[in-house]
Amino acid sequence: MSDPASDGEAPPVRARGLVKRYKEVLAVDHVDLNVNLGDVYGFLGPNGAGKTTTLRMALGLIMPSEGRVELFGRDPMRVGARALEGVAGFVEAPTFYPYLTGRKNLELLAALDGGGGRGRIEEVLEVVELAPRAQHRVRGYSHGMRQRLGIAAALLRRPRLMILDEPATGLDPAGMRDMRLLIRRLADEDITVLLSSHQLPEVQELCDRVAIVDRGRVVYEGALAELRRRGGSTYRLRTTDDPRAVELARAQAGIERVDSSAEHGVSFQAREHEVGALSLALGRAGVAILSLTPELATLEDLFFRLTEGEGSSGDGQGPGPGAGSPAGAGAGAGAGAGDGSSRPLQTVGEGPSS
Amino acid sequence: MSTAPASAAAALPAARERRTRRPATLTVYRWELRKLVSQRRTYIGLGLAIFLPVLFVVVEVIRHESGHHGDNQFARELTQSGLAAPVLMLIFLSGFFLPLIAALVSGDIVANEDGHGTLKTILTRSTERSQVLGAKLLAAVTYAISSLLTATIVSTIAGVAAWGFHRIITFSNTVVSAPKALGLLFVADACYLIPLLALVCIGVMLSTVTRNSAAAVVGTIAVPIVLFIVSAIPGLESIHPYLITEQFEAWQGLLRTPTDWAPILHSLWVCALYAAPALVVAYLVFLRRDVAGG
Ligand SMILES: Nc1ncnc2c1ncn2[C@@H]1O[C@H](COP(=O)(O)OP(=O)(O)OP(=O)(O)O)[C@@H](O)[C@H]1O
Ligand SMILES: [Mg+2]
Repeated sequence: MSDPASDGEAPPVRARGLVKRYKEVLAVDHVDLNVNLGDVYGFLGPNGAGKTTTLRMALGLIMPSEGRVELFGRDPMRVGARALEGVAGFVEAPTFYPYLTGRKNLELLAALDGGGGRGRIEEVLEVVELAPRAQHRVRGYSHGMRQRLGIAAALLRRPRLMILDEPATGLDPAGMRDMRLLIRRLADEDITVLLSSHQLPEVQELCDRVAIVDRGRVVYEGALAELRRRGGSTYRLRTTDDPRAVELARAQAGIERVDSSAEHGVSFQAREHEVGALSLALGRAGVAILSLTPELATLEDLFFRLTEGEGSSGDGQGPGPGAGSPAGAGAGAGAGAGDGSSRPLQTVGEGPSS
Repeated sequence: MSTAPASAAAALPAARERRTRRPATLTVYRWELRKLVSQRRTYIGLGLAIFLPVLFVVVEVIRHESGHHGDNQFARELTQSGLAAPVLMLIFLSGFFLPLIAALVSGDIVANEDGHGTLKTILTRSTERSQVLGAKLLAAVTYAISSLLTATIVSTIAGVAAWGFHRIITFSNTVVSAPKALGLLFVADACYLIPLLALVCIGVMLSTVTRNSAAAVVGTIAVPIVLFIVSAIPGLESIHPYLITEQFEAWQGLLRTPTDWAPILHSLWVCALYAAPALVVAYLVFLRRDVAGG
C-alpha cells in the first residue's frame, strides 16, 4: 500500500550474489536464493556453512559485503524496517529481555510492530503452550521455552514469510513434533517458510524446495524431488548367483557403484531404464532374480554427497552402515540399522499425532 | 506447542489483514523507560541521587552542631536557610557524582542490548534503527533529568527540614527571597543540564561504539575526570573555557546579581560542540553496524 514495489510478483526472498566477508573468513560466497510464494524452503548445510549469516543479511541485521537480498522486492539495506513488512522470524536462539516476563516481552514486541499484535498475545502464548509461564521472567526460562517464545513472537506479526533458523533446536520430542505440525499449518495457510535446519528427515518431510550450502556456497538449489531424482536410485538385488550378477551389472552401461556383500546382496545405482536392461541380461544368463528393490536416495544421502565431496562416497553407497551419520544423531530413535537399509536412517514420523 | 489444531489455527495469520505499521518513536521511548524501570541497575543511580544529598545534610547538621563552619559562603549560610542545601548539593555533586549517575544509564543503554543479544529481536520488528537509537537517547536524557531533579528535591526537603525555608544570600551578597530562591534552583538545574546532557550524548555514543556496558560507563565518567586533570596542567589555561568540566559550573552565574548569563550562553555552544559529533557518530555507527551477536 505504501510501497508500490512491495506486493504482486516479487518473490518472498531473492538473493543475488550475496557475499559476507569477516576479515579472513568468507562466510557467504556469492549466494543466490529464490524462495517462491508458498514454498516451504529448506536451507541446509553443515555447521559454519553460512546459513545464519545469510539469514541475518535477509533480515537486515548485517550488511552484505557484496550483492543484495530482497524480501517481497524490498531490500532491507535500502528501505530499513519496511523491508520486513509481512516477514517474521529469528536467527539462532531467540533472545528476550531476561528481566521482563514472557508476556511483557511480547507486549514490547507487539508495540514495536505498531501495536497490532497486542490483542493476540494470549492466543500465541496458547499456541506455544507457554501461557502458564507467561507471567514469569524470561530469566528463568529453559532453552526450549525461549525457543517457543521466539515462535510466539514471530506469530504475533502475522507474517506472510516466516524465516526460521533451526527452530527445533533444544525442543523436546513433543516440541519437535509440534514444530513440524506448526510449519505444516503455516504452509496450509499459504505462508512461505524459509527453514534452516539440521533435521534432514524433517526437511525431507516438510520442504518442497531446498538450498544446500557448503563453505559459503550454494551447492544445490531447487526442487527437492529434482535433487532426489538427480541423485538416482539405489537398487538392491538378490539372485541365485550374486557374483555373476555383479559381473553383469558392471558390464552394463549406466549402472554405477556396484557392490555386493553377503549380508545385503548386490547393490548398485541406476535409472529405471538400465535396471530393466539388467534384469533381461540376468534372465538371459540364467541368473534368477529373487528380489529387486529400489531405494530412492534420501536427502541425507544427497546432503553428504554434496557437502562431503564425491570422493568420500566413491566406495559404493557412501558411508556404509558402520560409518554412522554424525549429523543425524538428533531426534529419531536410531531405526533401520538392521533392516537392510544402508545406513541408520531416522524415522520420519513419530506415529500419529494427537 | 499446542497440538490442538483449532487453537493453533486461530492464532495463525488470517487472510490479508497482516499489515504491520511503524510504531511512533514515542511508543518505543515509553518501552525504553519501562525497560529501565524493570532493571535493578537503574535504581543504583537514583539511590545515589537520594542518598548523597541526605548524607550531605546529615553530615552538615552534625558538623555545625560541633561548631565547624563552612569554607564556602553557602556552607556558612546553611544554618540560616535550608535552601542553601540544594545549592551546596549542586556545587559538590555537579563535578563527579551527577555525571556518574547519568553515565550509569547512558553508557549502558545501547550496550545492554548487546549484552543480552536482544538487538536482533527488536530490530526484526517494524521499528527503524533510528527510532530505537532516538528512543534510547531520550530515555537516557529522561534518566539524567530525573536524577538531577531527585537530588534537588531531596536536598531541598532535607535542608528545609533541618534549617527552615528562608531567604538566601547570593555570591554577590544580595538577598533573594525564599520563593524566588526556590525558583532559581530549578533554573540552575536547567542550566546544569546543558553540560550534563552533553555528557549523556557522549555516553550513548560510547555505549553504541564499544557495545560493552562497563567500558562505556567507565569511558563516559572518565571524560570529566580526564578533563579535570587536563585543566590542572599549568600552561593550558587558554583551553579551560572549552572543557566540559568548566561548563559544570556555569549555572553559578544565576546566583550573582546581576545574573551572569555569559557563562551559561557560552556553555550552550561549547556543549553543543561535544554533543553533536557524539550523536552523529552514534547515529552512523548504530545505523550501519552489523548485529552479528545474540
Ligand atoms: N560475527 C562474525 N565474525 C566472524 N566470523 C563469523 C561471524 N559470524 C559468522 N562467522 C563465520 O562465518 C561462517 C558461517 O557462520 P554461520 O553462523 O553463518 O554458519 P551456519 O551455517 O549458521 O552454521 P551452524 O549450522 O553451526 O549454525 C563461520 O565460519 C563463522 O565462523
Ligand atoms: Mg547457524
